[in-house]
Amino acid sequence: MKGTSKYAPYVFIGPTLILLTVFSLLPILVAVYISLTDMDLAGLADYSNISFVGFRNYADILSDPIFLVSLRNTLFYVIIGVPLVIVCSLAVALMINFGRNRAFKIFRVVYYLPSVTNVVAVAVVWSYLYNPGIGLFNYILTSIGFDRVPWLTEPTIAKLSLILLALWRGIGLNMIIFIAALQGISRSYYEAAQLDGASNWQQLTRITIPMLRYAIVFVSITTMIGWLQFFEEPFVMTQGGPLNGTVSASLFIYQNGFQYSHFGYAAAGSFVLFFIIIAITLLQLKLQRKQAEE
Amino acid sequence: MQPSNSNAARSASSGVRLQQWLVGLTLTVFGVAMIVPFVWMMLSAFKTEGEIKQIPPTLWPETFTFDNFHRLFTEMDFTTYLVNTLLITLFSFVGLLLNAMAGFGFAKYRFKGRDKLFLLVLATMMIPGQVTMIPVYLILNSVNLTNTMIGIVLPGFISAFGIFLFRQFMSALPDEIMEATRLDGASEYKLFLQIILPMSKPILAVQAILTFIGGWNSFLWPLIIANDEKLYTLSVGLQLLKGQHGTNYALQMAGAAFMVVPIMILFVFAQKHIIENYNISGIK
Repeated sequence: MKGTSKYAPYVFIGPTLILLTVFSLLPILVAVYISLTDMDLAGLADYSNISFVGFRNYADILSDPIFLVSLRNTLFYVIIGVPLVIVCSLAVALMINFGRNRAFKIFRVVYYLPSVTNVVAVAVVWSYLYNPGIGLFNYILTSIGFDRVPWLTEPTIAKLSLILLALWRGIGLNMIIFIAALQGISRSYYEAAQLDGASNWQQLTRITIPMLRYAIVFVSITTMIGWLQFFEEPFVMTQGGPLNGTVSASLFIYQNGFQYSHFGYAAAGSFVLFFIIIAITLLQLKLQRKQAEE
Repeated sequence: MQPSNSNAARSASSGVRLQQWLVGLTLTVFGVAMIVPFVWMMLSAFKTEGEIKQIPPTLWPETFTFDNFHRLFTEMDFTTYLVNTLLITLFSFVGLLLNAMAGFGFAKYRFKGRDKLFLLVLATMMIPGQVTMIPVYLILNSVNLTNTMIGIVLPGFISAFGIFLFRQFMSALPDEIMEATRLDGASEYKLFLQIILPMSKPILAVQAILTFIGGWNSFLWPLIIANDEKLYTLSVGLQLLKGQHGTNYALQMAGAAFMVVPIMILFVFAQKHIIENYNISGIK
């Protein structure tokens, strides 16, 4: 009896710790090592074919024009996508929270729905909507007198098309977080403001937004990290084309690792991306702390 | 004094009602835009290959056909993909049990290094998938687990966020009941299975739904690990279909609908629990 209770906690957490060690912690060490080697298919078949190359992969990848394009594209996705997702999900959350009627609860389901559906299925559907000849979007545009849009065939427009898809998928989750935070604000603040004759706009900017500060920080950091790893949309919709116009850093790493079997090179790329994510997250935390002090 | 006051109140309340209507209208317009892709998918899935290429497009299918769904199972091997997807989903519930166990271990026991280990578990959430993807593949390859079902499901068993939520919930369960059960001579494992798990039903329900959705949607890892079409999941199969029948959008929409509709139905029934999950997690 005494014996079982002594070992019990380790039995409960043991399997988790073993799996996390094998699939999360050990892989980091392996990744560090192979990023310093020329590991490829030959190396996979026979480990004696692997040779140590020092930091050559890192030097090569930082001068690889396609990798640099992928970093630029990723930055494009982040700069346009992140503010859009945050503003849209906050706006939807505010509007749903504003509603007095129970019918407003239906909107939570409607706006959240795209987030739970499969990315491949959704990409298949949007590829059809975006089809230049028989797609719904161009049909609607031409029937109200606009020109056809090359949704996925012109590099810049293709990036924007992927952002639109990701925005559609991304609103739901953040909206739910904002609604949860909005419901946590005490009604007494608003009652006091209304007694003082504050307008809706003043209540929004003086009470709601400041009270949401932590939710906004949380959402902007997680959204930023997510968009820096932008992968599934270009992977399923465009494979990075046209002319590498939509290739993201994550997609570049995947393609080099699993399509060209340049494991060492791809591992080096994954660390470059990891460092960028850490640097931007720290910068964001610092900026927000500074803002909070003012 | 009295009349003017009630007039002001009346005009204020009609102003509020107008605002309510305007906000509701805005949400409806954008909400319709949110579900247009799903509606278009459903309608197109029942059209013929010829009808889908018509310009102008038809809204309602002229000839309503189930042929596309039929072809998923005859021309493509969607039966195999469905079985694999269900198997993966089933296996991922083993992972759910492991997460619940770990959450319990961290919530209700005091042992050496507990807080540091828990921090370590949380820290793994910050490692991007791109960094672990290649080494995990190499590790599985070195023990001959690539192209196996175990290789597909094993790396996804543990969810640090899931453990966090289980720990949050179980910490709040009263210790007295545990003590009483122990006095009755129950072992720690019996205590977990017969007392703790039943008391954790709300969080288990949410996690079970999310586990099901995650398993059903699993795509990237099966794609990396499975070389053999016998191990493909529905999403990998759908990706294959997109490549093989690039212009047959009717067939593609049927495949997409087959994947999306079950999840949509599940979500509509379970949405209340999923949405409240974010209140449990304490993100405010």
